[in-house]
Amino acid sequence: MSTTPYRLPIVPMIKKQSYLSLYRKGARIDGRDLETPRNVRIEVGVIDKAEGSALVRLGNTQVIAGVKADVGSPYRDTPDQGVLTVHAEFVPLASPLFEPGPPDENAVELARVVDRSLREVGVIDLASLAIRPGERVWVIWVDLYILDHDGNLFDASMLATVAALLNARLPEYEELESGEILVDKEKPGEPLKVDHRVVTVTIAKIEDYLVVDPTLDEETIADARMVVAVDEAKRIVGAQKTGGSGFTREELLRAVDLAIKASEVYFKALNEATSKG
Amino acid sequence: MAAKQASVRLIDENGLRHDGRRPDEMRPVSMRVGVLSNADGSALFEIGKTKVLAAVYGPREPPQRHTTLPDRAVLRVRYHMAPFSTYDRKSPAPSRREIELSKVIREALEPVVIAELYPRTAIDVFVEVLQADGGTRTAGVTAASLALAHAGIPLRGLVAGIAIGKVDGVLVVDVDELEDSVGEADLPIAAAPDIGLLTLFQLNGVLSRSEIEEAIEMGLSAIKRLVEMEKETLRSSVTVLPGE
Amino acid sequence: MVPGDPLPEEVRGPEEYLVKTGKTVTPAVVGLLEPGSKPSFVPLTSIYIPSPGDIVIGLIESQGVMNWFVDINSPYQAILNIQDFLKRQYNPAIDDLSRFLQIGDYVVAKVQSFDRTRNPVLTVAEEGLGRIVEGKVVEVSPAKVPRVIGRKGSMVNSLKELTGCDFLVAVNGRIHVKCPNEDVEAIAILAIKMIEREAHTVGLTNRVKRFIEEERKLRGV
Repeated sequence: MSTTPYRLPIVPMIKKQSYLSLYRKGARIDGRDLETPRNVRIEVGVIDKAEGSALVRLGNTQVIAGVKADVGSPYRDTPDQGVLTVHAEFVPLASPLFEPGPPDENAVELARVVDRSLREVGVIDLASLAIRPGERVWVIWVDLYILDHDGNLFDASMLATVAALLNARLPEYEELESGEILVDKEKPGEPLKVDHRVVTVTIAKIEDYLVVDPTLDEETIADARMVVAVDEAKRIVGAQKTGGSGFTREELLRAVDLAIKASEVYFKALNEATSKG
Repeated sequence: MAAKQASVRLIDENGLRHDGRRPDEMRPVSMRVGVLSNADGSALFEIGKTKVLAAVYGPREPPQRHTTLPDRAVLRVRYHMAPFSTYDRKSPAPSRREIELSKVIREALEPVVIAELYPRTAIDVFVEVLQADGGTRTAGVTAASLALAHAGIPLRGLVAGIAIGKVDGVLVVDVDELEDSVGEADLPIAAAPDIGLLTLFQLNGVLSRSEIEEAIEMGLSAIKRLVEMEKETLRSSVTVLPGE
Repeated sequence: MVPGDPLPEEVRGPEEYLVKTGKTVTPAVVGLLEPGSKPSFVPLTSIYIPSPGDIVIGLIESQGVMNWFVDINSPYQAILNIQDFLKRQYNPAIDDLSRFLQIGDYVVAKVQSFDRTRNPVLTVAEEGLGRIVEGKVVEVSPAKVPRVIGRKGSMVNSLKELTGCDFLVAVNGRIHVKCPNEDVEAIAILAIKMIEREAHTVGLTNRVKRFIEEERKLRGV
């Protein structure tokens, strides 16, 4: 059962008013304009024991994505394809708002939006992950670990995911006579084949204003958010309206345009961080 | 989703879909309110073979007082698929998809419910998919809107939803399961036309910016028709007492 | 009229059921528009929210240490303190709550206080209030209560005359019916249900009159 959030951080009215008066002037508290994301810093290969990993800092928000690869069985209805699964954990240390326990609806939503944004455009060529079609395929686990929540977990998570996938190398393996497949995690082999790069851009609607890459305060005072997934060809490869209010038709289309424009900033950071990958 | 099987033709040489519909055509729709005697409000919504039942209880004080808000009612929404609703039996345990869709449907309804009138209470909306053939979450929003109005919960306006899709390169209204699984994009949308807001919007697939604009137009047009039907259904239910 | 339908700008009606945005007014629930020079909107369903001073008929649901919890057909459960009932100091050694009111009893009470931070508190410390011991209690939608009462009491007075019964119409949708015998009581209840069903139609008062007269003849009461 999904319930209207009843434990929200309180943003004092005065603060909300000061945000709005800055928006009126086209400015924000941290000095940005309404259309620009915060500083992005991406570091890949931060977890040696993972097959791929990346740490993203988007302003104060920090997210790690870890990629693990194992050999397993394919899904019944896609026997010739590898398996890709995305999970997200809102680790309690990341925010006073996060409670220990199984992923709540926000974590589930985040993981599923990231997953769809990878899957629909085919970021990973799943067919290339079949070792013995119908029997043995690579299973790629992407685990998102939120470490510090200052808003916009979607964009940080998407960047971390794609950076980690670009950083990932499938382990070497040996096919024994019995048919069994032995994976040697100590020997990184081929890089994971990543066919497309995708980023998400989150736009928050706060009364009449649309702001790109909201901070936690901005998310809290926002009416709703649009998460738009964009690929390098500027196609829209996913979208999710999230939050308890709505967008007018004009606002929605403007959000898409803002997303396409802001995606350039994210792609630049992503490409710089993974140029050796 | 995902598998793109080029062998299945979804648009034929006449531009018609696999079930003979035109691209802008919805499947046959039926709406009924007052189908349950216990719930404060209820509705059964069918679109093609998709059948969704919605029930509303409340406003009522939930046993867990700490989950309420001091200045408004909380909305509690559960989207759930009956085990017999799909070809392969679906386990009754809540799946990650049902968790996400419960949230998405709640957020589609929040903007129209005038929750400030009932502080410290909960308004419960239960959406049960009895049979799934595409567009279940948007059907859930439509059924929930009818059930809320039937229950007498004050609303700013009615909401309806529809899933737009792209199959064989053509944008279509009201995708069924086949079109959803094999098509290039699936765009569930819900809106409250009387307050001019889109309250549910998701894209599963790849669209260009201009296709998104066109899809929204098609969606809003279908939604307006659905909301008119909701109004008709509610008007003709006037002689039916809630709970009868 | 249904949510989203346009209402005339000058329409009158219960504040909580009219949605006003700028110059447009729409109904928040399904209801009727009574047109004319002073158009008014009448909701067909209503959720009872207590107001201090309301006379309600409550159903005892459960017992606390020093109070009862009462269902008043509202989203909010009400409280009736034992102190209020006893009109003297409560002595836990002698006084047993269930001697005065049992779970399942109906009480006629007055809403003493209610605000948005606490549950409604009831009192029975007045003339005419207290436990209901005879007759029946009928439930109707609170929205139909005005119709059961009628303009300046015309409908309920008509019911009294035609049946010889006593009626207490509480604003929370419950009606206490006390009749000289069970047959006429059955007719009175049917008449109330008829009013609820046909509340929004014209000529109702006459139809109810005819109905009661015919039923009385039929049953020989």
